Amino acid sequence: MISQVFILSSQGDHLIYKDFRGEAGSDVVNLFYEKVTALTGDQPPVVMRHKDVHFVHVRQGGLYWVATTTADTSPFTIIEFLNRLTALVKDYCGSLSERSVQMNFALIYELLDEVVDYGYIQTTSSDILKNFIQTEAVSSKPFSLFDLSNVGLFGAETQQSKVAPSSAATRPIQSSRDQGGKSEIFVDVIERMLVVIGSNGVLMKADIEGEIKVKCYMPTCSEMRIGLNEEFSIGKSQLRGYGAAVRVDECSFHQAVRLDEFDSLRILRLCPSQGEQTVMQYQLSDDLPSAPPFRLFPTIERDNGGRLLMYMKLRCDLPPKSAGINVSATIPVPKGSVSLSQELSSPDQSAELQPQSRAVVWKIPRFPGGTQLSALFKLEVPGFSSASMLEVGPVSLSFELPKITATGLQIRFLRLSPFQPGPAQRWVRFGMRTFDSDHEVGPGPSEDPVQDCFHWWIHCLLYLSQQDDVCWTESVCCLTS
Amino acid sequence: MPYIGSEDTVRDLRRVLSNPNVQSDQLRYRNTILKVIRAMSQGVDVSGLFSEMVKACATVDIVQKKLVYVFLCSYATLNPELSLLVINTLRKDCQDPNPMVRSLALRNMTNLRLPSLVEYVEQPLTAGLRDRAACVRRVAVLGWAKLHNLQTNSEIDAAVVNELYSLLRDPDPVVMVNCLRALEEILREEGGVAINKPITHHLLNRLKECDIWGQCEVLRILQRYRPQSEDELFNILSLLDVSLISPHPPVMAATLSLFLSLCSGLPAVGLAALERVRGPLLAACGNTSREMQFTALCHIQLLLRSLPGLMGEHYKRFFCGYAEPAYIKQRKIEVLVELVNDDNVAILLDELRGYCTDVNISTAHAAISAIGRIGRSYSDKCLEILTELLGLKQEHITSAVVQTMRDLVWVCPQCSRTVCSAVEGCEAEIQDSQGRHALLWLLGVYGEQVSSVPYTLEVFIDGVRSEASVGVKMELLTATVRLFLCRPAETQDMLGRLLHYCIEEETNMCVSDQALLYYRLLHCGIEETRKVLQCRRSDPSLGVLIGRPAEPINQWSYIFNTLEPLRPGAIETESATIGGSPEHMTFDPKPNNDLSDTLSYSFGKTVRSVTDTALQCTDSSSDALTASVSAPLSLSLSPALSPEEFEDLWLQQQALHVEQGPEKIKAEENYVYMEEHVQCPTIFRCSPQSLQAAMQLVNIQTLAFTPPHTLPWRVYLYTNTQNKHSADTCHGTLILGELLYTGEEIQKKSKDEENVGVEARQDKREEEREEDTAEGRSEKERVKKNTAEKGIKVTLKQQPRDEKALKGFLSVLTTVLHALSSEK
Repeated sequence: MISQVFILSSQGDHLIYKDFRGEAGSDVVNLFYEKVTALTGDQPPVVMRHKDVHFVHVRQGGLYWVATTTADTSPFTIIEFLNRLTALVKDYCGSLSERSVQMNFALIYELLDEVVDYGYIQTTSSDILKNFIQTEAVSSKPFSLFDLSNVGLFGAETQQSKVAPSSAATRPIQSSRDQGGKSEIFVDVIERMLVVIGSNGVLMKADIEGEIKVKCYMPTCSEMRIGLNEEFSIGKSQLRGYGAAVRVDECSFHQAVRLDEFDSLRILRLCPSQGEQTVMQYQLSDDLPSAPPFRLFPTIERDNGGRLLMYMKLRCDLPPKSAGINVSATIPVPKGSVSLSQELSSPDQSAELQPQSRAVVWKIPRFPGGTQLSALFKLEVPGFSSASMLEVGPVSLSFELPKITATGLQIRFLRLSPFQPGPAQRWVRFGMRTFDSDHEVGPGPSEDPVQDCFHWWIHCLLYLSQQDDVCWTESVCCLTS
Repeated sequence: MPYIGSEDTVRDLRRVLSNPNVQSDQLRYRNTILKVIRAMSQGVDVSGLFSEMVKACATVDIVQKKLVYVFLCSYATLNPELSLLVINTLRKDCQDPNPMVRSLALRNMTNLRLPSLVEYVEQPLTAGLRDRAACVRRVAVLGWAKLHNLQTNSEIDAAVVNELYSLLRDPDPVVMVNCLRALEEILREEGGVAINKPITHHLLNRLKECDIWGQCEVLRILQRYRPQSEDELFNILSLLDVSLISPHPPVMAATLSLFLSLCSGLPAVGLAALERVRGPLLAACGNTSREMQFTALCHIQLLLRSLPGLMGEHYKRFFCGYAEPAYIKQRKIEVLVELVNDDNVAILLDELRGYCTDVNISTAHAAISAIGRIGRSYSDKCLEILTELLGLKQEHITSAVVQTMRDLVWVCPQCSRTVCSAVEGCEAEIQDSQGRHALLWLLGVYGEQVSSVPYTLEVFIDGVRSEASVGVKMELLTATVRLFLCRPAETQDMLGRLLHYCIEEETNMCVSDQALLYYRLLHCGIEETRKVLQCRRSDPSLGVLIGRPAEPINQWSYIFNTLEPLRPGAIETESATIGGSPEHMTFDPKPNNDLSDTLSYSFGKTVRSVTDTALQCTDSSSDALTASVSAPLSLSLSPALSPEEFEDLWLQQQALHVEQGPEKIKAEENYVYMEEHVQCPTIFRCSPQSLQAAMQLVNIQTLAFTPPHTLPWRVYLYTNTQNKHSADTCHGTLILGELLYTGEEIQKKSKDEENVGVEARQDKREEEREEDTAEGRSEKERVKKNTAEKGIKVTLKQQPRDEKALKGFLSVLTTVLHALSSEK
C-alpha cells in the first residue's frame, strides 16, 4: 500500500507530488529531502523512516522517486513499482530527466492516477494504459541539424538511412500516432560482464548478464518472431557441438513470450506491447567464451625523488574492426597524493587526479581493437611509506563496446507476421555493456626488488558505468525495411 | 515553499481563467489550467482559484477534466462548500456513455475526501459496482473502501459487503483483487476479509490471470488461511510452486512468505522452499536496479540465518563491484562473512583486504571488522592482514583495526601475543575516542606482554587534561591501575599523577568517582585490588557461539518481505551475541563494584531489543521492570551455594509449599514463594554455555540445566541480592529459581520434577549423547507448539523475604531471557 508518491530533483525541487490516501501531510516531502541531505556518502539508504512514515526511494535519471508507505509493506513490490513507474515515464516522455519530467507533469499526474488508486497498484501494463492516457507528451529534444543528415539528396536512399541515429529510440511512444504511423521496433541485445583476473593472469571470476530488450513504437503490433543463433544452448551439462556455439547457464523469458519454436529453432514469439520490455534475460558465470577485451600491464615503482611512478600499458584485444569507446581506467592512489604529471601516448586521451575519490582517472574516448596504449603517471606522495603501496589498486576499467556480445549471441532475423500493412522499420542493436568487469591484473614477473617486498597487487576492473541509456552512435544497423 | 510574487501569479491566472475569450478557446483554456497545476506542484498556494477551476470542470475535453480534478482533489478539503458545486458535474459524468469518463468521475468523487459529500456519492458508487465496464467497477470497489475510511465510526453496510464478496467472482482480475483490498479495509475490525476454503481455492485458481501486483496482493492475503488437512496443504503448495521461482522478485518474495507461513509446522518443507528460491534471489541480486539488489541482499541475510550453507558456492556473486554504492558494499561484506568456509577463506580474505582501503570510510570499517569476525575461526590469516593494515598508518584504518583486534582477543585469547606486538606503537595514529578506548583496554589487560606500555600510558596521562571523552579517561584509569598491578615500579609515579588529577581537578563525576574508588581500593591492599581488577581476559563461553546453529525459520519469517530487514542495522545478531561491541567490554571488566550501572545499562539494551523484535512482555514483568529501575539492586554470587545445599534448600521449601497448596504468592514469615510466567518460548533453544554466560554477566549462577531442545526444559539458578537503598540495614537475601518450559500449557508442578535438577547435572553427559535423537523427535513438536505462544514458568524462592528485591531480580531475569531469546 502506497500512501504518497513524489518525485524530487537532486536539488530538492518538487516535481511531482501525489497523495493517494490523505494519511500524511505534504511536509513529508521536505522531511525526506532533509533526511537525504543530512547523510553523507554517495547514496542514502533505500529505506528511511520518520515516525510511522517509511520512505522507499529509487534513483533514476538523477531524480528521487519516492513512495511513502507502512512498515509491513513488501519492499520488493514497492521498489519494483517505482522502477516500473520510471520505465513508464520514460516510455511516455521519451527520456528520463528533470527537464522531461517537468515538461510532462500533466502526463505523469495522469499516469499516476491510472496506475495507482487509493494506494493500490492497479495496472502498469502499457497496453491497458494507452487507452486511458490522453495527454500528449512534450518532447524536450531541441531541433538538431543531425536529424537532417538522414535525408538523402533528392530524397534518395543514402547509406545513412540504413543506420538510425542513436536518439531514435528515445522518443515518447505515444507521439508515434502523429508521425504518420512511423512504426518502428527496436531490439537491443545488451550484455554486462564482470571479469576478475588474478595477479598471475588467471581468470578468477567471470559473470555475464545479458538481456534482449524490445522497444516497440507500433500502436498495434501483431506477432513478432526473433530468431537467435541456432547453436544457442542453455545449461552447463549440455553437450556442445562443433563451431561457434553460444552457451548460457540460465535463461528466463518475459511472460508474454511463447516458446513453442524455441526448443527446435531457437525462435522467440511474442506480441510486444507498446513501450520497452525485457524479453529475455540470461546469465553465464565462471566461463568466458572469448578472451577479455582488454588487458592491463601495470608497473609501479618509486623513483629516487620519492615519487610514485605508474607505468600502464593497456592492450585492446578486440578484432581490428571494432573499438571500445569511452574507455576509462580508474587507478586508486595513496591518500594525500598531490601533483600528477602524466605522459600519454596520444593527445585525445586525458588523465586527472581526483582527490575526493583518491584516484587517477585515465580517459580514452576511442580505442580501436588490436592496438596498445601506454601512459606514465608520476605522483608526489608526501609521507610516502612502504605500506602506501597497499592502497594502489584495484584498477578498474570502464568502457562500452558497440556491436559486440561476449557470449556471441546474435539475432538471426526479426519478422513481423502477418505482414504489417504500413511500412514497419525494424532495428537491431548489439552491445556489450560490460557493467562490472573486474580485471585483476597482477604485476607479472618483475625484477624490481622494491615491488616484491611491497607485496602489492592490483585488480583491474573492466567496468561500464550503469547509465540509464546506452547509445551506440554507429552501432544501429537496420536489417530490413 | 511560497514563491516570491505568488499572489501576482494567482491574480494573473484568475484573470485569464475568467476571461470569456480564453474560455471559448479550448487550447488556451487548457494551457492556462496547465499553468495552474504547474504552480501547484511547485508549491505555490493556488487554492484561491478554486471557484474558477470548478467552472472549468464542466468541459468535454477529457485532458482538461483530468487536470481540473487533480486540482480539485488537492484543495477540496479547504473549500467544502464550493466542492458541493463539483458534485453535480461529477454525478452527471457518471451517466456518461464513455466508460473512461464514468470511471474518472467516480474516482475523483471519492478522492475529494469530504465527509459531507458521502450522501451524494453512495448512489453512483452502488451503480458503479454493476457497471458493465470493468474499469468503472474497479474504481467503484475501491470507492467503498475510501468511503468507509471517511466515516470509520459509521456502521458497515452489510449489503455492500455482500456485493463485494460476490464481486470476488468478477471476470476482471483487477476487480477481484480490488474487492479483496476493499474488504480488508472495510472489515479491518473483524480481522479483514474472511478467507475460507472456497475463497482460497477460487483465488488460487485465478492467480494466473492477475498481473504481478494482483498476485502479490492475493498471496499476502492468503497468508491468513490455514489448510484443513495435510493433503490440502500440499495441493496448495504445489500450485504455488511455479510462482516461487517467478522471475519477478515481488511475486517470488510474496510466495515464499506464504510458503513459510503455511509450512510453519513443517520445517523441512520450509527449508526446501528456501533452496528453491536461491536462483531467483541470486538473480534479483544481479538486477539492474540497485535498490532491488539491495533488497535481495537484505533478504538473503535473513535466509542465511536458517540455512547458512545456502549461498556457499555462490560467494563470488557477493563480491563488491567497484562503483557500487556504500550501502550495497556493506551488506555484501556482511553476507560474505557468513559464507566463509575452508575452501574459500583465502579468496574471500584477499577480496576483503581490497575493500579495507575503500574511499568510503564506513565501508573500509565494515571490511576490517568483517576480517576480524572471520578471524574468530581463521585467526592466523586474518591477524596477518590486520597487522599489515596497521602499516598503512592511516588514522581511521588504524582505529578500526585496533577495535577489531580487541574484539578478536576477547573471543580468541590465543591471539593475544600477535595482537600485543602489533598494537605497539600505533597510539600516535589513533585520533578518535573509540579507537583509543580499545587500545587502552588492550594495553591494560595485556600490560605485562608489551614492553613499551608504561611509556604509551604516560603520553596519555600527560595529555589527560585535553582529553574530551569520558570513556577514554575511565578506561585510562582502569588500564593504569591494572598495569600498576603487574609492573608497579614503572607505573607508580604516573598512577599517582593520574589519580591526583582525576580526584582533584576532574569535573566529570563518573571519572572522579572511579578515581576515588580505585584510590580507596588501593588502600585496601594490592590483593583486594587484584581481585577486583584482574578479571577474565576473555570469555571462552562465547567461543561456542561462533558456529552459530541454524535458527528455525519462524524466528524471522514474520519480518520476511517487510521493510524491517532493509533498515540499517536490522540484522546485528552477530555483534550483539558475541562480545564484539564496545559496550560489552565496558561492563565486563568491572565485576562487582558498579553492578547497578551495568544492570541499568542492560535494561536499556534489552528493553530496546524487546520492543524491536516485537516480543510481548507480560504485564507483570513490565511492572516489575519499572519497579526495579527505581530501586537499585545488586546481585552477587557470594556466598556460593553448592548443588547439595541448593537441593536441600529447594526441597525443604518445596515441602512447605506443597502443604500450603499452589497459590500465586505465598508469604511465610521468612521466605517467599512465587510463580511467574515469562513470555519467551524460544529461550530453550539457547545453548547452555550462552545461557550461563549471560546469567553470569548479571551475577546469577546457573546450577543445572537440561540440554537445549529437550522438553520439558529446566534450569536451576540462584543468586544473592543486596539492597543498596537500605545500606544501613544491608540485608542480603538468597533467591533460588527454576525455569521450566514444558512446551505445553502451563501445568501444575509434578512432584518428581525437583529431583531432575541435580540429576540433570550429574547425568549431563548421558543426556547430551541422547540429545541428537531428542532433537529430531522434538523438532516437529517444537514448531507446532511454538505457534501458540507459550511461556516459561519461573518459580522463585526467596529467603529471607524481600519482595522488592525479588521483583527486581525477576525483572533482571526477564530481561536476560528476552535478550537471549531475541538474539537467538
